[in-house]
Amino acid sequence: MIRTEEMTISMGPQHPATHGVLRFIVKTDGEVLHEVKPDVGYLHRSMEKIAEKVGYISFQPYTDRIDYVCAMTCNHAYAMAVEKAAGISAPERAEYLRVIASELNRISSHLIMAGVMAMDIGAFTPFIHAIRERETVNDLFEMLCGARLTYNYVRIGGVSFDAPANFKEKCVEFLNHFEPIIDEFNRLISFNKIYVERLANVGVVSREDAIAYNLVGPNLRGSGVRFDVRKDIPYSIYPKIDFNVPVGIGEAGKVGDCYDRYMIRIREMKESCKIVRQALEQMPEGEIMAKVPRKIKPPVTEVYSRCESARGDMGFYLVSDGTDKPYRLKIRTGSFSAMSIVEKIAPGLMIADLVAFISSLDVVAPEVDR
Amino acid sequence: MLTLYKQLPNFILTTKLDELLNWCRKSSVWYMLFATACCGIELMQTGGPRCDWDRFGAVPRSTPRQSDLMIIAGTISYKMAVCTRRLYDQMPDPKYVIAMGSCANCGGLFKHSYSVLKGIDKVMPVDIYVPGCPPRPEALTDGLLKLQEKMQKEKFLRS
Repeated sequence: MIRTEEMTISMGPQHPATHGVLRFIVKTDGEVLHEVKPDVGYLHRSMEKIAEKVGYISFQPYTDRIDYVCAMTCNHAYAMAVEKAAGISAPERAEYLRVIASELNRISSHLIMAGVMAMDIGAFTPFIHAIRERETVNDLFEMLCGARLTYNYVRIGGVSFDAPANFKEKCVEFLNHFEPIIDEFNRLISFNKIYVERLANVGVVSREDAIAYNLVGPNLRGSGVRFDVRKDIPYSIYPKIDFNVPVGIGEAGKVGDCYDRYMIRIREMKESCKIVRQALEQMPEGEIMAKVPRKIKPPVTEVYSRCESARGDMGFYLVSDGTDKPYRLKIRTGSFSAMSIVEKIAPGLMIADLVAFISSLDVVAPEVDR
Repeated sequence: MLTLYKQLPNFILTTKLDELLNWCRKSSVWYMLFATACCGIELMQTGGPRCDWDRFGAVPRSTPRQSDLMIIAGTISYKMAVCTRRLYDQMPDPKYVIAMGSCANCGGLFKHSYSVLKGIDKVMPVDIYVPGCPPRPEALTDGLLKLQEKMQKEKFLRS
């Protein structure tokens, strides 16, 4: 066998395929990777320390910035943690609005993932299609809370604004328009021969590896493990709603390859549409905000709340010392564990496949570094 | 001179060389595809179909060596500031910088943080500051138009 010289390449932090500021130190022999080391910390914003300084209510806007692609679920997880510690329960209408917002946000997050993944592989058009649909979701969020990206909509004890009068019609109109678009998107790119060939049998994460490396969310389900926090540790109003959890079945190749992880997201968008429809139907009238004191002072306690974000199980571990500021707030995110598996799977792949593998994990940089 | 000007046929326009060069430059501002945090998503959507920056001749480039404009979209940590300055140095002259969002302007929400650079203007000159957290695509487009106005007034030949 011919051995050539091993090269060390720095991929990132400015690289169009690394979704922000991830960096990989790559050792290659020609095109074949020998070693990939993720270098994190380029977007470390010390969120956890800030939480200890600003207090419970003021930290709410920061949770938008932890995972800005799917900010509603972040808001939701944090609000649930504080509510659990302080013994506040949100009104039912607020819970419904939270779930509607979260699921709409999951759609827009998966749209970004699908579009960006196609762009990384080399197809620019699907990205434009995905962004076009995302704008419509943003319009719905603007109706709800006036913001397009960092919503601060889910608050401790409820939500900030009630849905406007024509929100339901607009929302149903969007869903009616969007569900055929998913099929159109599939015809455009998902079943494209070149695209499938690029993704199938690449970066196969086995069931055991996925569990051992603590993958969560769509990455875990892509490897064939049926685990979803919404189903298995239900919170909010999810027990009242009927939906399926798609898992990877190895459509184009082996179970747990990049194509499986990609298709999970496409299917989840359809499931989210179903959830939003049901929640809109069942939503009762009533209050949207519980009575919350101006200064929240939970008793001395420790709580952990988890929530299914678009990138999987998102947890907030909160230690309260009885004052109006948390003693410690630990944020557990899916992207961080997804980064750790790159080192295990990447050796043996081609450089171009590494790009496909990273985008199939759907890593968001601030979620890694926080 | 004026009589000569009046004798010219209709389809000939006269201008100054400076203005012609500036007009060419401002109509093809290629910006670097570089996003660090939340503002990056709004940057993507600004380049997307609704706002469509291609109208102004602004298209994304992946490498600093081909770009004229750097949009600092998002928080810059101290670790990233070194790399950002290196990217800025790699861009060919004339180059411009837009600081997009509060974080790039002054640290914004992360003013309390121990690891965040409080304003990108501490490491590189900035032409346009766009406020907002994150700015709407309309605000960013306004920033681009302001930058184009500025570029039109540049005096490269008479410095």
